[in-house]
Amino acid sequence: MLPAQFDGLMPVVIFMALAILLFVGGHFLSVLLAPKKPSLLKSTPYECGEQPVGSAWSMFNVRFYVVGLIFIIFDVESVLMFPVASIFKELNQMGQGTYALLIFLSFISVLIEGIAYCWRKGDLDWVKSFQASLKKETK
Amino acid sequence: MNQTVVSYLAQYEFFDFLVNLFGKNQSLLSFLIYLIFALLIVGMCATIGGLGTYAERKISADIQARIGPNRVGPYGLLQFLADGVKMIVKEDVMPFSADKMLFYLAPILCLVGVFATLAVLPFAGGFIMTDLNVGIFYLVAISSLVGVGVFLGGYASNSKWSMLGGMRGASQIISYEIPVTISILAITLLAGGMGFGTIVGSQGGLPHQWFLLHNPFAFIAFFVYFVGALAETNRAPFDLPEAESELVSGYHTEYTGMRFGFFALAEYIEVFVVCGVAAALFLGGYNIPGLKLDLLPLQAVQFTVFMTKTLALYYVVIWVRWTFPRLRVDQLMSICWKYLTPISIFNLVGCAIWMVAFNGKSIADIIFGGH
Repeated sequence: MLPAQFDGLMPVVIFMALAILLFVGGHFLSVLLAPKKPSLLKSTPYECGEQPVGSAWSMFNVRFYVVGLIFIIFDVESVLMFPVASIFKELNQMGQGTYALLIFLSFISVLIEGIAYCWRKGDLDWVKSFQASLKKETK
Repeated sequence: MNQTVVSYLAQYEFFDFLVNLFGKNQSLLSFLIYLIFALLIVGMCATIGGLGTYAERKISADIQARIGPNRVGPYGLLQFLADGVKMIVKEDVMPFSADKMLFYLAPILCLVGVFATLAVLPFAGGFIMTDLNVGIFYLVAISSLVGVGVFLGGYASNSKWSMLGGMRGASQIISYEIPVTISILAITLLAGGMGFGTIVGSQGGLPHQWFLLHNPFAFIAFFVYFVGALAETNRAPFDLPEAESELVSGYHTEYTGMRFGFFALAEYIEVFVVCGVAAALFLGGYNIPGLKLDLLPLQAVQFTVFMTKTLALYYVVIWVRWTFPRLRVDQLMSICWKYLTPISIFNLVGCAIWMVAFNGKSIADIIFGGH
């Protein structure tokens, strides 16, 4: 048996199990009731009626990767700020507010620095203009 | 220990009867109570999700001067049941080139991610399934499973439209998570805790006691959160992952029947959850004006207050969808990274300085000289 402090987590597990059960149940019903007439044409990927050419798993725009990278940086930083934020009020009431604020601000300044760097490098633009980067270099 | 439905009910005398009845199997008792309440919540949210599709069509019809669904049941209210039955009896088609396991897994991930968030949603003072002390943090974390589901749905279909939709969906959801998380951070800062009980408990019933009007920065943070939440749930004007006019149907192009139905259900429940979180964080949650009691009969009133706020926001979400045109993908990214993220960081800094400068008082407290 789980120790008592896990008791509060039981609903989480129950909800997840319910979600999976709902999917399995709905799927089971549809297997029972739905018609089954498979054909090759039906199971071709939809491409507006054309025969699909090649696989969809091909090379993809590198911008998505850059967005992922920027996200990871910011997500980690915001996760690290959560504990500070949740005791900030307590610290303030203890009279440590200014000290906590200074530390908090110095941490946020790293975040701002990160976004400023990405902005300057043009990584926040979806279409990183080739001509714009050429102009910068010629200057 | 965290406050849960069980620990709330345990205050009352009738609970002793149940405790005696189950004797040694106390964990079975709490499991059964959790299960009953979980089934209640899931049933309610599935109905709300279903009625959400109905409301969507009815409100859009209203905005576009049409009548909308009015055939099934009174005022067409049972339309969603008819749609559900139709989805069950439709043939399930899967592309032959799809990745079968991931194809099955994607809607499950969406459903699990959305349902798990229901466990911490504060419906009323005692009617919160489990008031985890990391409540809002847990919610942000677990709801990103939906993003994984969207991306896998697009990837596993092996169709070009789905792939484009899935890629866009993934990049959009993760991007807008940043402003949303930082806006939530500002509220955590004001409330002094991450649990929903703490956050709602430190607000009051009247508008001037809400975090929305606590200070100007929290006011802006609400709008940043709301815009970000629209984007995270793939609602218009940010519905690029499923943009009908360019991507057919986006990440769920290849999904038919029940599996498509689960994607739609997850999306509508997620909108409800997001509105509920907005109501709890910014709009005072379940607080009744003038009362701070946790009695059992009051639970129904608290529940009504919470649902009214949430459903009002739900209406706004639908209203926005049928009013604004869709954004372009580069506009979407620049709104997130160049506008919302800096604004939300500004709000966070502002809230922190406000806390220190005014010792955590709200505007109303300063003006009217409250505690």
